[in-house]
Amino acid sequence: MNDVSRAAETAVRDSYGKLLAYLSCRTHDIALAEDALSDAFAKALSKWTEDGVPKNPDAWLLTVARNRLTDRQRHLTKFPTESEVPDIEAPDTSRDPFKDKRLALLMVCAHPAIAPDLHTPLMLQTVLGIEAKTIAQLFLMSPAALSKRLVRAKAKIRDAGIPFQIPDKEQLPERSTAILEAIYALHAHDWLDPTDGMGEEALYLANLLTQLLPENAEVFGLCALIAFSHARRKARIIDGALVPIEQQDMSLWDDQLIAYGNRQLHHAYEMKSIGRFQVEASIETVHLSRKKTGNIDWQALNQLYHAYLKQAPSAGAKVSQAVVTAHLHGNKAGLQALINLENQIGSAFQPLWAARAELHSRIGDRQEARLCYDKAISLTTDIPVLKFLRQKSSLLGQ
Amino acid sequence: MRYTFFLYTDPADIADRTPEDWAAEKQIYGAYIGALKEAGVFVDTDWLQPVHTATTITAKGGSKQVQDGPFADTKETLGGYFVIDVADLDAAMAWAEKCPAVKIGKVEIRATAFPA
Repeated sequence: MNDVSRAAETAVRDSYGKLLAYLSCRTHDIALAEDALSDAFAKALSKWTEDGVPKNPDAWLLTVARNRLTDRQRHLTKFPTESEVPDIEAPDTSRDPFKDKRLALLMVCAHPAIAPDLHTPLMLQTVLGIEAKTIAQLFLMSPAALSKRLVRAKAKIRDAGIPFQIPDKEQLPERSTAILEAIYALHAHDWLDPTDGMGEEALYLANLLTQLLPENAEVFGLCALIAFSHARRKARIIDGALVPIEQQDMSLWDDQLIAYGNRQLHHAYEMKSIGRFQVEASIETVHLSRKKTGNIDWQALNQLYHAYLKQAPSAGAKVSQAVVTAHLHGNKAGLQALINLENQIGSAFQPLWAARAELHSRIGDRQEARLCYDKAISLTTDIPVLKFLRQKSSLLGQ
Repeated sequence: MRYTFFLYTDPADIADRTPEDWAAEKQIYGAYIGALKEAGVFVDTDWLQPVHTATTITAKGGSKQVQDGPFADTKETLGGYFVIDVADLDAAMAWAEKCPAVKIGKVEIRATAFPA
């Protein structure tokens, strides 16, 4: 995609999310707002091709959608009279763009009363206008089942009276975290399939959130993290196989995006409120600085993983820390850390076996390494990881 | 070791699917089958007609009896199966978790009883 068409796409997307947020905040009925907006877009398509694009396309679309909504609401009211149906207030779009209500919409999408696995799909559908079918394919879910769940969620939002509001100061941190988690989920999903465009969407949402929640340091941390990860999209998978960050071809990294991420992370640091996303982004910067220094600062990584595990203990981070331990204190120490970890979490965690295989192969125990690779491969359902592990295993030789 | 996944769903949950829904559904399963094949663990699969088309036959007690319908009425019914060949139950569970059916119904995992 070139810059012009990207700019055009971003503009359309911006106005879709803004318009939908505006309309849903007024009616509390997302589905109704979606219908009205899609009618308005359809009308625009025919009208604008004939008459040209109006001076203020958003205002045009909003007026058409609002009229549709008002008609529809009158129709839904049993005894329709003018007075019973409050008109949606016409915003003054001529001077200032109408008020951005996307944060309120995001708060609704990630509301605690909505099932957590629907938070991300709801955001993708409402703020970015992505179809349910596309979202379902992305997450390998039944499209019909997902559509149905989304319809039900929107009905619940309307009928249960989930407020389209920015929560008060007390609740804001927790509610904001739910939004961050949902964007992080999208980023994590993109990790193994950088071609599906979801890295771009995650970055868009994170960047949007920095504008909507400018006082939350973690928002900037997440934005930096996603930018760093997205900057390495072309280097992460080669010939269908995963390439670990230490071995990636650095010439494929997107320097512009890395610079953007650094700015966001720097901004986050300045707020002096550390959190897991900032730490995870900092871990990335240690790897990214290999491009300048030519090596990896394992000591720094060790400290960062310690900090990360305090913020967000996870099996994956513990495996990574064991690998760091191996670099600093020798492979045997790393293996011991992995054995301790297996005692805690059991034997069904693929990264544990991949790391163990790697450390065994480094100390020259090829037989043990092969067994560990076999176990790791048996637990792998992601094809790029599978291909990577097969390559590593075959490199052990006979 | 061979494992069979039995895919159960509540027919009410899928009653109103359109042909387009089914086409999309097939794509999702196609991707799953593709991954199983790529990993070299795929053995067999089938997708079954709805349970109301079942015929149940028994000759227990000497005489043949044919019943129009499933042997037992349950809320969730068998809609299909996968047979895969993987190292152990850990691996079988990893693949079952990725099966699209887990998100709308249940997947029962059973190991083969044939000796290796």
